[in-house]
Amino acid sequence: MTFAIEALNVEKRYGALQALAGVSLAVAEGEFFGLLGPNGAGKTTLISIIAGLARASAGKVRVMGADVVDDYRRARRMLGVVPQELVFDPFFTVRETLRIQSGYFGLRKNDSWIDEVIHYLDLGAKADANMRTLSGGMKRRVLVAQALVHKPPVIVLDEPTAGVDVELRQGLWKFIRRLNRDGHTIVLTTHYLEEAEELCDRIAMLKAGRVVALDSTRNLLENFSGLVLKLRLDRDALPADLGVEVLANDGGRFTLRLRDYAGLEEVLHRLREAGATIRELELEPPDLEEVFLRVMAKH
Amino acid sequence: MGSFTTLLYKETLRFWKVSFQTVAAPVLMALLYLVVFAHALGGRMPIYDQVSYAQFLVPGLVMMSVLQNAFANSSSSLIQSKITGNVVFMLLPPISYLEFFGAYVLASVIRGLVVGVGVLAVTVWFVDLRMVAPLWVFGFALLGAAMLGALGLVAGIWADKFDQIAAFQNFVILPLTFLSGVFYSIRTLPEFWQAASHLNPFFYMIDGFRYGFFGVSDFPPLASLAVVAVSFALLSAACLLMLRSGYKLRQ
Repeated sequence: MTFAIEALNVEKRYGALQALAGVSLAVAEGEFFGLLGPNGAGKTTLISIIAGLARASAGKVRVMGADVVDDYRRARRMLGVVPQELVFDPFFTVRETLRIQSGYFGLRKNDSWIDEVIHYLDLGAKADANMRTLSGGMKRRVLVAQALVHKPPVIVLDEPTAGVDVELRQGLWKFIRRLNRDGHTIVLTTHYLEEAEELCDRIAMLKAGRVVALDSTRNLLENFSGLVLKLRLDRDALPADLGVEVLANDGGRFTLRLRDYAGLEEVLHRLREAGATIRELELEPPDLEEVFLRVMAKH
Repeated sequence: MGSFTTLLYKETLRFWKVSFQTVAAPVLMALLYLVVFAHALGGRMPIYDQVSYAQFLVPGLVMMSVLQNAFANSSSSLIQSKITGNVVFMLLPPISYLEFFGAYVLASVIRGLVVGVGVLAVTVWFVDLRMVAPLWVFGFALLGAAMLGALGLVAGIWADKFDQIAAFQNFVILPLTFLSGVFYSIRTLPEFWQAASHLNPFFYMIDGFRYGFFGVSDFPPLASLAVVAVSFALLSAACLLMLRSGYKLRQ
């Protein structure tokens, strides 16, 4: 099977610093994949190696089956990267920038696709404006457009919504989702965990250059997060030996952590046995932030 | 367009968009040199028979402008891209290191030649000049610009900040061009400084270029051409090795 991205034991050292300490992961074609981790975990280093911007000290990376070093021409044609930094060339207009980027990929007559990308990213009004004159959000859109000029099957977005206003963020995600529906593989790094939770099919978490979790978003949420149960009882104390973690006790209002739904039944059963009456009950579904913090604390 | 032609187009368009600074300014500078030096030194500097000081000076100024601008083009373009970060736009696509080298060097040659033609076009209004061997003129201009374009690329890859490029320009390129016989014939120098001038590769470029105008030179033109060609080949090899290894570009 050909993976969209396949990393095998990738290591990267910068002098004494071990940025990546043997990362292996595979992203299937058509997946929406999240790459999460705290600052300095190695996300951008891994993306740089996938994109050919940096060279691995050891290990192999393939994009759509093409080795990023030995078969770099094919690998790079398959890949579109939206860099984290808001970079631009101040000499050119938006349209010139996109035409030049197409040319780098050997595309001669690409104007109709460029027009389409300009339209979808709502850059039409600024198409002939110099890059210098654009707002940060607009520059970010041009970066996305540049990553798409050669219609790459695999698109990597390195924190594309950092410092972006709500409206643009929504528009951007709508567009990226559409690309994913059309069959593009999407790899995303972000610090907004609710975004990752909403968008990603699967997630890898990196810490100190290692993969510390790699699973479907659903499994991660089920296995790591548990449920948070908020209760108000007719009394000030919980029955003894309830057997669950009590996160807060605020005079008759209790916040409990449950491992799963079976745990809920157990708690309700014990309460009934103790003769307690429930006045209010609220069950909070698992969230990725909780998973993330737990995974990071564990490793 | 292919990767190479696009990168060449981009590099050429880049300097053309700011041609006031990249073409007009160096032309004016050369003209000022001509006016000041020809006035100050005309008649006081022994030159070849039948060649006035101003006539002697013009080819030197043309070649000096060609070389300095070829260097400035590749070095400043690359360091700007590195510092602003937009060099990623060239590193992400499938551009080979040979295409990268070729495009930057050729764009430098174009800038050098455009400025050189500009200087010539302006100075011929003031000085009566003929080319006795235009092929030599063109050959030295082409090879000299290519060599400085490659040197500029090496400097651009190596440098981490504008400061270092400026230092390279002011402490290496400028002294080497000024002391290469642009403003004087090295035969007028004491023996030691004549010998020292022969260690300066810029001397051969200026001298050979001038041969194309007057048919006389301080050094045999074919030997000068060989020196320039070998220097260009060595610099290109060094530059290509840097690019192939990803030195400072693909860390």
